[in-house]
Amino acid sequence: MTTLRGKVAIIGAADTEVGIVPNIGATDLCVRAALSAMRDAGINKDQIDGLITCDSMAEPIMYHAEAIAEYLQIFPRYCMSVGTGGGTTFSIMHHAASAIATGMADTILIAMADSLRSGLTREQAMLMQSSTGHPQFEQPYGPSVPAYYALIGQAHAAKYGTTAEHLASVAVACRKHAALNPTAQMRDPITIEDVITSRMIADPLHLLDCSLVSDGGSAVILTSAERAKDFAQRPVYMLGVGEGHSHEHISQAQSLTTSAALESGQRAYQMAGLTAADMDFAQLYDCFTPTVIVELEDLGFCAKGEGGPFAASGAIELGGSLPINTHGGMLSHCHPGNPGSMFALTESVFQLRGSVAPERQVKGAEVAMVHAQGGIMSSHTSLILGNEVN
Amino acid sequence: MEKILPPINAISQPYWDGCRQGVLRVQRCITCDHLQLYPRIFCTQCTGEDLDWIDVSGKGTIASYTVVTRAISKAYSAPYVVSLIDLDEGPRMMSSIVHCDGTRLEVGMSVEVAFESWSETIMMPVFKVL
Repeated sequence: MTTLRGKVAIIGAADTEVGIVPNIGATDLCVRAALSAMRDAGINKDQIDGLITCDSMAEPIMYHAEAIAEYLQIFPRYCMSVGTGGGTTFSIMHHAASAIATGMADTILIAMADSLRSGLTREQAMLMQSSTGHPQFEQPYGPSVPAYYALIGQAHAAKYGTTAEHLASVAVACRKHAALNPTAQMRDPITIEDVITSRMIADPLHLLDCSLVSDGGSAVILTSAERAKDFAQRPVYMLGVGEGHSHEHISQAQSLTTSAALESGQRAYQMAGLTAADMDFAQLYDCFTPTVIVELEDLGFCAKGEGGPFAASGAIELGGSLPINTHGGMLSHCHPGNPGSMFALTESVFQLRGSVAPERQVKGAEVAMVHAQGGIMSSHTSLILGNEVN
Repeated sequence: MEKILPPINAISQPYWDGCRQGVLRVQRCITCDHLQLYPRIFCTQCTGEDLDWIDVSGKGTIASYTVVTRAISKAYSAPYVVSLIDLDEGPRMMSSIVHCDGTRLEVGMSVEVAFESWSETIMMPVFKVL
């Protein structure tokens, strides 16, 4: 079997302004992200022959990628919109890499944006996102998105003794990193006490255990490893990628406490020929704090059940053994819905280029785990990125 | 504003008929005896397509739960409990736990089904702590 290891590289990456970005719709934000990524790569739009996007909730478009291509006046030979929730961003990377490796396209633009904050009312945003539940057998009971993840948090607490303070330490670490990132939506430092005394949303999740509701867009450009050397930026290579899909509805999950991140991670590590111990940092999908605890365990950064104490040890902060969500994550940087983890991807690119502001730069960063999931811990994709192909 | 009512279809009709009669039912595979919820057009264990329904005891344990304090919409009055229940017969289902102080709930507690009238035609299965 051919492998994707080292076959493709990210040559351009950019975010739009994030947080509360009124007066520009999701479609325009998506295009703005695309243009910025092209500028970053030093590439002309006519050199883009593949385009992948995801649909917006605030401005839904039936044929989204086609509409964005038309807006940009590019005429790709590979054009697709994808939707698997928060996992979309990295499953797209998997598809894009495969498309480049098989010759379906040479240079693929991945652009995503949404305006959950300014383009929808709070109620619309809540109802739209909770429609992920089974229409007959879940939704009538009124589970909000935090409630679905609270079920995971509660089960993890019951099985492993994970505490509110353990969960809070994830939010505190993300905020600490956001405070160092001028683009982050929430930058005021918070303490464990702040998190556990913030308003309860769905126990054990307090307000500060929940990610933000944001506007924002982000884009990356991928090409083959050979071609990548011809562009302006230091290429960031895809060394491993793997997916795992275990369910869609939480009531159908095989386990509430172990996720398909176990499989996606193993597949990615195997392709890369690396292990968790080789990772210099990690960006872990943090829609709610328990997600990060489960991912730390399932991706092999600590033993099963020890995610809580591991997070609380400070290991996940800059300067620790495994800094996570160095941009502030979706808990503090921004979370515009399906594009949410794009910002973890662009941050990883900047970290691996060594171009992040010194106080936030992971010293000597060479390889990273970048993981996202969608649904309710349903569809997982793990990426291993590196700045060299050895 | 109304609560979200289940959009019943031909496959699930016997489940909701059972609820109206005060009986919780799950789908059973005639070939391999596998029990499943939600109902499907085939058995996920043996892929057989001969399925019927059996009445279950309505007893189970809490696999997980949360007390929702920020309601999904005005139709739901917080606090309310969203729970995953492992039925004694095997299948897991989402439900609510009613008539309880959420602070006293624990994973592993025994619960029993009850039925709440949500509309003229819908009786919703909910659970009470035993």
